[in-house]
Amino acid sequence: MSDVIVKMEGISKAFAGIKALDNVQIELRKGEVHALMGENGAGKSTLMKIMTGVYTKDEGTMYLLNEDSGRMEEIEMKSPLMAQKEGLSMVFQELNLLENMNIAENIFIGREPVGKSKFINKEELNKRASQELAKVKLDIRPDTPVSGLSCGQMQCVEIAKALSFQARVVVFDEPTASLSEKESQVLFQIIEELKSQGVCIVYISHRMEEVFELSDRITVFRNGTYIDTVETSRVTEADLIKMMIGHDIAGKKECGSAFINQDQVIMEVKDVVVYPESRPVSFKLYEKEILGFFGLVGAGRTELMRKIFGIDPIGEGEIYIKNNKVHITSPKDAISAGIGLVPEDRKGLGLILGMSIKDNMLISKLGQLKSGWLNRRVLKQITGSYISDLGISLRNEEQAVKELSGGNQQKVVIAKWLAMTPDILILDEPTRGIDIGAKSEIYALMRKLTESGKSIIMISSEIAEVMQVSDRIIVMHEGNISGEITAEEVTKNNIMQAAFGGIENE
Amino acid sequence: MNKTKKMNFGAFRELLLVGVVLLLCVVWTIMNSQFLSANNISNILRQASYTAIAAVGMTMVIIIGEIDLSAGSLVCAAGLAGAVVCKNTGNVFLAVLASIAVGALIGAVNGTLCAIGKLPGFIASLASMTVLRGLAYIITGGNSVVWSNENFTMIGTGYIMGIPVPVIIMVIVIIFGVVLTTKTRFGRYIYSVGGNMEASRWSGIAVEKVKIFVYMIMGILTAIAGLIITTRLGSGQPSAGLNFEMDCITAAVVGGTSMAGGRGKVMGTIVGVLLLTVLTNGMTLVGMNTYWQQVLKGVIIVISVLADTRGKR
Repeated sequence: MSDVIVKMEGISKAFAGIKALDNVQIELRKGEVHALMGENGAGKSTLMKIMTGVYTKDEGTMYLLNEDSGRMEEIEMKSPLMAQKEGLSMVFQELNLLENMNIAENIFIGREPVGKSKFINKEELNKRASQELAKVKLDIRPDTPVSGLSCGQMQCVEIAKALSFQARVVVFDEPTASLSEKESQVLFQIIEELKSQGVCIVYISHRMEEVFELSDRITVFRNGTYIDTVETSRVTEADLIKMMIGHDIAGKKECGSAFINQDQVIMEVKDVVVYPESRPVSFKLYEKEILGFFGLVGAGRTELMRKIFGIDPIGEGEIYIKNNKVHITSPKDAISAGIGLVPEDRKGLGLILGMSIKDNMLISKLGQLKSGWLNRRVLKQITGSYISDLGISLRNEEQAVKELSGGNQQKVVIAKWLAMTPDILILDEPTRGIDIGAKSEIYALMRKLTESGKSIIMISSEIAEVMQVSDRIIVMHEGNISGEITAEEVTKNNIMQAAFGGIENE
Repeated sequence: MNKTKKMNFGAFRELLLVGVVLLLCVVWTIMNSQFLSANNISNILRQASYTAIAAVGMTMVIIIGEIDLSAGSLVCAAGLAGAVVCKNTGNVFLAVLASIAVGALIGAVNGTLCAIGKLPGFIASLASMTVLRGLAYIITGGNSVVWSNENFTMIGTGYIMGIPVPVIIMVIVIIFGVVLTTKTRFGRYIYSVGGNMEASRWSGIAVEKVKIFVYMIMGILTAIAGLIITTRLGSGQPSAGLNFEMDCITAAVVGGTSMAGGRGKVMGTIVGVLLLTVLTNGMTLVGMNTYWQQVLKGVIIVISVLADTRGKR
């Protein structure tokens, strides 16, 4: 076991009282590609961020190989800079480059070579950067501004930056999510080469093919707990899915009452292309149903809804509401067509945080009122009824919405849309960051709404939530619809298989 | 309990400002009894009028998270437009109409560049500020424009029932501003666009339209201010209105309008205008050096905004 570089044991971490990691472990070896797998929120990224000093752990110990003595020594990772100096680097999903600087400046930021005069030695800087770029096979002048680079090139710069610290471990978090096929192949070559030099690669990915192609070992997490570490050659995709979702749930039906009336199509979406390279997507929404949209990160669910709601252009796609074609080019059009959308980014897109609860609830409704004058009594009636219906706890309506808890804020956003009396309500991750009590209230509310005749589309990344709430589930994978499952047929297995692109059954 | 205090700070702040204005009045009266004379009070109100009128518009522009630097040049351009039309046609109505049309047009241009062209309002209005000033000199050849219709002059100098006409116009504009921002749908849209533009768009608000309208209101109000300034001077001057936009911005900021957008009140701005006018008037009355006056004004800006940010904590 002399080739172990990093060992972490008993690691726990909580965010705002919610456990993200519970007593997990991992062991990384020289020259291996170690894949981390698990559902969204399983704790993969969190563990790696602890290892690279972005987060600090609450409990547990981390050991790092001391190259001089050849022994494992305990270490407290205090900052990303410290981790980088120890040779542990992470290439982030969302790239971390400073766009207005050039490649060399980005690679050596904070460590620029300086001459006696304390000014930066540009020549030396560019020379060293060229050496680093050669390692990642990026044939570009080091003084090229980063802003002009493609995603793949930026990633190469990130990797070069990681290597410039004499990296011993490089973590890739969903590296191919934003890369083209060709760029991905280049990345795999680089990974193979790093591996042959004895660098350990940690590879976090949802893409089964890549994991099987690249990795030597796989560690699986589920809900913040460690499940197992296995040799890639000894497992099948089906084994992995089973490990990720647990065992006992196959075939168990948890969905809400499936009373979908297939004759009443409320909305039909035709031929919407989510990502440039993906196939056109079409689906129907029936009256009084909750249609769940499941998928892994990057599956394109939010992007699809943005197009339907008129935030992004819909291209060749068509939308029919009750068999009438509608042209939606802005949220305003979508609202007139009877569609409401509760966005995932509640604070950035759903609410105007500095404004009062009352104003937030009314801001969309105002456009529907005939008169442009605010009539206190009429408005009070509207807000009052939703505050009591939804059970929003507040001190008074004039209170700024930013003072409310996440659950109550979400209810304000929902109230805002209910006030518009839409026929179709799209909820994007409606319970994210909300405590359990408020969650079940929101589920009950959704059910009540469909019973009163509305139709709901719910995007969720929580498999249990999708199964519990939906009447029907559409699963997306990389911009395509990879499965449609009714409440009767649903199992965690078939959802996850579809989410991974629809692999063969065992 | 803590939060209740926070909530009331907005109202408290305006009262505090009113208190400061009254205190200033007392100080100036003690130092020079002329301060409280009917003549001087009327003077102060007339001085405050044109700044207040444009500052009502500026407050709305700042609330939507933008700025209008072209106000000073527009005061000049709109005033000149009125003066030229009055000189050539002798028709006061046409002169006023021409002036307001120029204001609306420039406002629409600023607003369109900002909302549709996605330029920062700062840049769009900086450009129109420069262009308008240049045009003013080109059209007039650097000379002043004089008219011969007494009725036109009345806009800036006349009285109705003993009240200066500019003050009457100011009161009407203030009522317009307060009603628009607090009692109408459009008013809610102004605050919402300034508070979170993307969320407003997602809520179905035509964000671009709101921005253009606000800039147009600003342009029209600035043109009215320009008419008053020009008719008070008695001639259209290509150099009129220099730094006028800064007076409006100062008043809005002192009055509690947040430069980040989403927060501010027309009444706050009006109190800000009064504070600055009373300060200037009194300082002049007691014979303070004008350069020191500028220094003091700067200090007041800093103090009021510091008090504001502390109060919000």
